[in-house]
Amino acid sequence: MNVIIQVKHLTKDFREVKAVDDLSFTVNAGVVYGFLGQNGAGKSTTIRMLLTLIRPTSGEIEIFGMNLLKHRKDILRQVGAIIERPDFYKYLTALENLRIFGAMSGIRIPEKKLMDQLAMVGLAERANSKVKTFSQGMKQRLGIATALVHDPGLIILDEPTNGLDPQGIADVRNLILLLSKERGKTLLISSHLLNEMELIANSMLIIDKGRKLVEGKVHELFDPAETIVELKTTDDTATYEKLQDSGLQKFVQGKRYDCVMLKLHRNDVPSVMKELVQMNVGIISFHSKHSLEDYFLSLTTGQTHVEAVKD
Amino acid sequence: MWKLLKIELFKIFKRPRTYIAFGAIAAIVFLIQVALRFDGKAYIDLLLNNLKDSFELSDEFKMRILNGYLICFLILNTLLIQMPLLVALISGDAIAGEANMGTLRLSMTKPVSRTQYMLIKFTASVVYTLALLLWMAALALFGSMLIFGTNDMVVLRSGGIEEMKSFDVLWRYFAAFGYAAVALTTVSALAFLLSVFAENSIGPIIATMSIVIVFTILSEMNIPIYDQTIKPYLFTTHMVAWKGFFYVKADAEGTTINGSIENLPAVMRSMGILVLYTIGFLSTAIWVFRRKDILS
Amino acid sequence: MVHGFFFITGKRLFNSIFVMALSLFLSRAGAGQTPTADSLISRVKAKLDKVNDYEAKGKMRTNVIFIKAPIANVKVFYKKPNKLRINNEGGISFIPKGSVNINLGNIFINTKGFDIIDLGKENGTNLRIIKLLPKDENADMVLSTLYIDETQALIKKARTTTKENGTYELEMTYGKYVDFGLADKVIFSFNTRDYKLPKGITFDYDDGSKKAEIPDTLKNRKGKVEISYSGYTINKGVPDSVFQ
Repeated sequence: MNVIIQVKHLTKDFREVKAVDDLSFTVNAGVVYGFLGQNGAGKSTTIRMLLTLIRPTSGEIEIFGMNLLKHRKDILRQVGAIIERPDFYKYLTALENLRIFGAMSGIRIPEKKLMDQLAMVGLAERANSKVKTFSQGMKQRLGIATALVHDPGLIILDEPTNGLDPQGIADVRNLILLLSKERGKTLLISSHLLNEMELIANSMLIIDKGRKLVEGKVHELFDPAETIVELKTTDDTATYEKLQDSGLQKFVQGKRYDCVMLKLHRNDVPSVMKELVQMNVGIISFHSKHSLEDYFLSLTTGQTHVEAVKD
Repeated sequence: MWKLLKIELFKIFKRPRTYIAFGAIAAIVFLIQVALRFDGKAYIDLLLNNLKDSFELSDEFKMRILNGYLICFLILNTLLIQMPLLVALISGDAIAGEANMGTLRLSMTKPVSRTQYMLIKFTASVVYTLALLLWMAALALFGSMLIFGTNDMVVLRSGGIEEMKSFDVLWRYFAAFGYAAVALTTVSALAFLLSVFAENSIGPIIATMSIVIVFTILSEMNIPIYDQTIKPYLFTTHMVAWKGFFYVKADAEGTTINGSIENLPAVMRSMGILVLYTIGFLSTAIWVFRRKDILS
Repeated sequence: MVHGFFFITGKRLFNSIFVMALSLFLSRAGAGQTPTADSLISRVKAKLDKVNDYEAKGKMRTNVIFIKAPIANVKVFYKKPNKLRINNEGGISFIPKGSVNINLGNIFINTKGFDIIDLGKENGTNLRIIKLLPKDENADMVLSTLYIDETQALIKKARTTTKENGTYELEMTYGKYVDFGLADKVIFSFNTRDYKLPKGITFDYDDGSKKAEIPDTLKNRKGKVEISYSGYTINKGVPDSVFQ
């Protein structure tokens, strides 16, 4: 499989803050790659580094097999992107904006292609309206049109469904699937909404505080047989310490303020319960969760997740 | 490069703000012309006040002095002090405005190098500045020539009077406008540099104006400790050197030498200093921008 | 104008021949003995009196310490007794006050006559120096010192002190119009006030070069206006309107 994006030990320091910390990941050709993390996790910083908006403090980025900083122009010619909000020249029309950013992409784009592109995102009738009259959703659509107008091989969309109504979200989702399945594009899509990613992404990277939590294929990451358990006890701290020293240590995912998080296979549940009882843990509740959302939360809210991930 | 420049110019000349400057210039020029048309004699009286005991100053003579060439000179005197604001309006917005609108990050993901982008942006600001100057030349020079007619030109300096033949004036204006273009390009480069640091255009515009005003005051004040220390190095000191083209040489008899310039080397030196400032501002702007993390 | 000279009417022709003959006679007569100051003044006046009016073309140079002025093409109009106007037809020239006095006849306009003081000849130049003091105490002129070429009865130099316009000096070079006492070149020297405008009004460009300080002695230096005439049209009538 062709590697489209290869990121190695990427780090970005903003003075004292480490926004991205030793991040490595790989995006293969033709996938929809979900890039997940809570707000402030470092997604935007990473995406901006992929697009040369931000200089990495250290680490390496290769796109299409070329070093990003050395072959910046060649790479960016084949990349389309939306970064955070799609913003445009408000005093210009949708068509003028599209024409400008199309021209900046370094290839000649015929007027007809521009109009087709606007039609594809449902803005054909508003082509000659000034962008200042557009709703957030319309700007988002224009943003997508702009990202695609020069027919890039790699499309990077930062929170593409932000500000869209349910119909708009569905449209974007369908468009992404179309681009991936029928046009063979590679897409990197960031989001803080996991359930949305579940529906479209093949592979996924979850980061928190600038560090990678997990990376893998969605179906591998989220085995339906796997379960996350929120264990509430009479003394969570004592329980957490006890578990660290016990045979159950491998199941411990982390500790939250009101519970201890465990990750285990469905088949392991009876034996784990039994052992907990034997260890004299005062169980108040033992609650297993099954969605990717729960998985995500368990990863990113656990205070000791770093250790957990290292396992 | 040309395609990108065309885009920039399209963006500049599509926005209403651009035309504020053209309107402002037209208004100022028109107001000065009207004022001098109706009250010019009083102004000439003021200027020539301490000559009235030694020379015949008839009304007809005063009206001759108040011809289109002098009017244009008076307009340039006033307007070239205001022009930096109008230049900063666009140049100060060049990068900061894009950052503010959010279009900078999208532009910077395009296969255009940052240096190239900066050069194109700056060139576009300069084209705008030149357009503004041409507009001003058309109104202030040719407009005044039409309204007031032409005659010999009398330029009043604090220490003396420069007089030149009417046929010896027009080329001086072309040179002066050329010089003004260089001077305003320096202001443009300053605003452009400040624009790199800001994420809205008000800051760079105000900062540019503040710098120009403070420096101009320092340049115009006669304070001995500044005269030889900082004044020669302030770019504002050299911005008025366009007037050097209207200072003529005289022979031993005090007769104007047609086609002469009193101190061309000084004017060229001033221009050189402005060019150096421009290069300095622009290359700093590019240097900073190349290293800048775009977070807007 | 040369043709003006040749088309002089019969009576005037007679007059001028008479005056020429007279002056030839007088100059020959004077070769041996010195004429009195009174007679010399009369001869000078008689010569000047032949001109009722003239229109002259010339080039004017202005030499004032604080003015750089180009050479100007001027027309000078004169009409008896004391109207004189210098016009820069096409351009702009600063015409000094008192320039009306470039007409030598002005010196002699005095209703009550003069006290004449004869100072004899100037060393080297052989010019006769005569001082005129008007008897009329209300006259503007206070004193005039004339340097006269006796043989031709021409004033070569005059220094006049007036109440209104200070002291001015005239220096004449004669040529074609010598018979009318009209000079080909006149240098008019006059006093000027010091000139200064506040920099706040002029916003000068200071080119950084050190300006040579003008010494105080030069500050009140006289200004000079030099007119070189190319031709006169004499006694053809000049309308009063040009003197308005």
